Amino acid sequence: MIELSHITKVFNRGQINEVTALHDLSLQIAEGEFIALIGANGSGKTTLLNIISGAIRPSTGNIIIHEADITSLPEHKRSRWVARVFQNPLAGTAPDLSILDNFRLAALRTRPKRLVIGINERFKTEVRDKIAGLGLGLENKIQQPIGSLSGGQRQALTLLMSVMDHTDILLLDEPTAALDPKSAEVVMQTAERIIREYNLTTVLITHNLRDAHRFGNRLIQMAGGQVARDLDTGAKGTLKLEEMYGWFG
Amino acid sequence: MTFYLSALILGLCLSAMGLGIFITMKIFRIPDITTDGSYTLGAAVTAILLTARWPLPAVIVVTMIAGALAGVLTGLVHTRLKIDALLAGILVMTGLYSVNLSILGRSNIPLIDVPTIFKALAIFDRPIFNELWVGLLFLSVLVALLAYMLRTDFGLAMRATGNSESMTRALGVNNDRMKIIGLAIANALTALSGFLVAQYQNFTDINMGIGIVLVGLGSVLIGDALIQWLGIRRVWLQLVFILIGCILFQSVLAVALSLGVNPNLLKLITSVFVLAIVGIPRLARSQQA
Repeated sequence: MIELSHITKVFNRGQINEVTALHDLSLQIAEGEFIALIGANGSGKTTLLNIISGAIRPSTGNIIIHEADITSLPEHKRSRWVARVFQNPLAGTAPDLSILDNFRLAALRTRPKRLVIGINERFKTEVRDKIAGLGLGLENKIQQPIGSLSGGQRQALTLLMSVMDHTDILLLDEPTAALDPKSAEVVMQTAERIIREYNLTTVLITHNLRDAHRFGNRLIQMAGGQVARDLDTGAKGTLKLEEMYGWFG
Repeated sequence: MTFYLSALILGLCLSAMGLGIFITMKIFRIPDITTDGSYTLGAAVTAILLTARWPLPAVIVVTMIAGALAGVLTGLVHTRLKIDALLAGILVMTGLYSVNLSILGRSNIPLIDVPTIFKALAIFDRPIFNELWVGLLFLSVLVALLAYMLRTDFGLAMRATGNSESMTRALGVNNDRMKIIGLAIANALTALSGFLVAQYQNFTDINMGIGIVLVGLGSVLIGDALIQWLGIRRVWLQLVFILIGCILFQSVLAVALSLGVNPNLLKLITSVFVLAIVGIPRLARSQQA
């Protein structure tokens, strides 16, 4: 479903600070697959995610989604397939807008934003019901600016926002990195529930090896801009957490 | 009384520009100073078309298109050429001076014997009451239209673009196109202020836009301070408070003049006043910290 073919990404080419973030990387991700992506800093994880989302373009290589070559498609046009949760809770929401306004925009991710007032009572009820499922008590605060919530609450809402409209692919870029352990647990449980419920193809970047071990049905370790290890469901199932710690020396 | 009423009317006429600056500065967080040029552009187009006896609705449409084009130009320079918004605005504003001079054909055009909007919609005997009524009517329509637009799905996307570009991009919004549209709307509104002021003061002058962005900026800052202070979240009320900011700004200048301040010092007073609006809250905050 997602096919990355011979992707190379060079930053600052020809300059003193030239960096090859991805080197001739090829990867196929099947529909419904949930990949936990690990690797040391600078191994190319975030660059890979940015290339899938369209935030950056590869220097060479192709990206194919649903058999269509989308290599040159900008990020906002890829949003018809791809939803993304950023590492920084601030990046995934518009802080001055209300929770309801943020959800309305999320509900229009694949559709044009027209000159009509789309927030009606039916939509409000739908948002309240979805938020109530989180168990965070935010369903009665939908008129509140989303920026007034904690990072954990915002990340949990961002996850819900990602499935307000049709989504095929969910990119989770260290979604719990900025959160306390309790909030992180809520966010990861919400993510797991949503991914299962909507059968989303997911790539989760994490530095938390426990999460990488616990979540997903495929595990990829990156090193030097290439795939160093690629474990399928069977291999991941028998993998011991201690063994993973050993990979990082 | 007439003196202060005039300040109120001028405040209303400049409120369209205030609404435009509110869009660029507070919604998109873009420092756009195309304003100086698009304001005069609106006044120049108005002068030429009114003296050519064009019907008022057509004059309004052409004036808005002219202002919008100026905004689109700044937007294109900023987004396509990746030039800082401030510099893009300066470039377009500077270029517009020559464009405006070419449109006018001379440095000023009087609008004494032309059918202005204030005459066309007159319902009172005294001209000053007509100017007040037309100003109120015009701005009420503008606020209602803008408030509606900002509540629509398109308006939400617009407000979100200035708030979190990473979010809107991921939600399918073409941020560059949105900024261009925002700048177009803002400068169309600014041109409308030029349209109103030219008819209110009965002339268009090539230099009437110099420093006008500072007047708009100060007005929006006053309005925004009130919005923050009162915790206003309703969009239409925020727009109304921008109008109030514009009127308050003009009132302060009127008070200064009535106290016998030399009119030659008006630009200096404007600068000092805006500096005070920006500086005093910051000083107060730093002393609290």
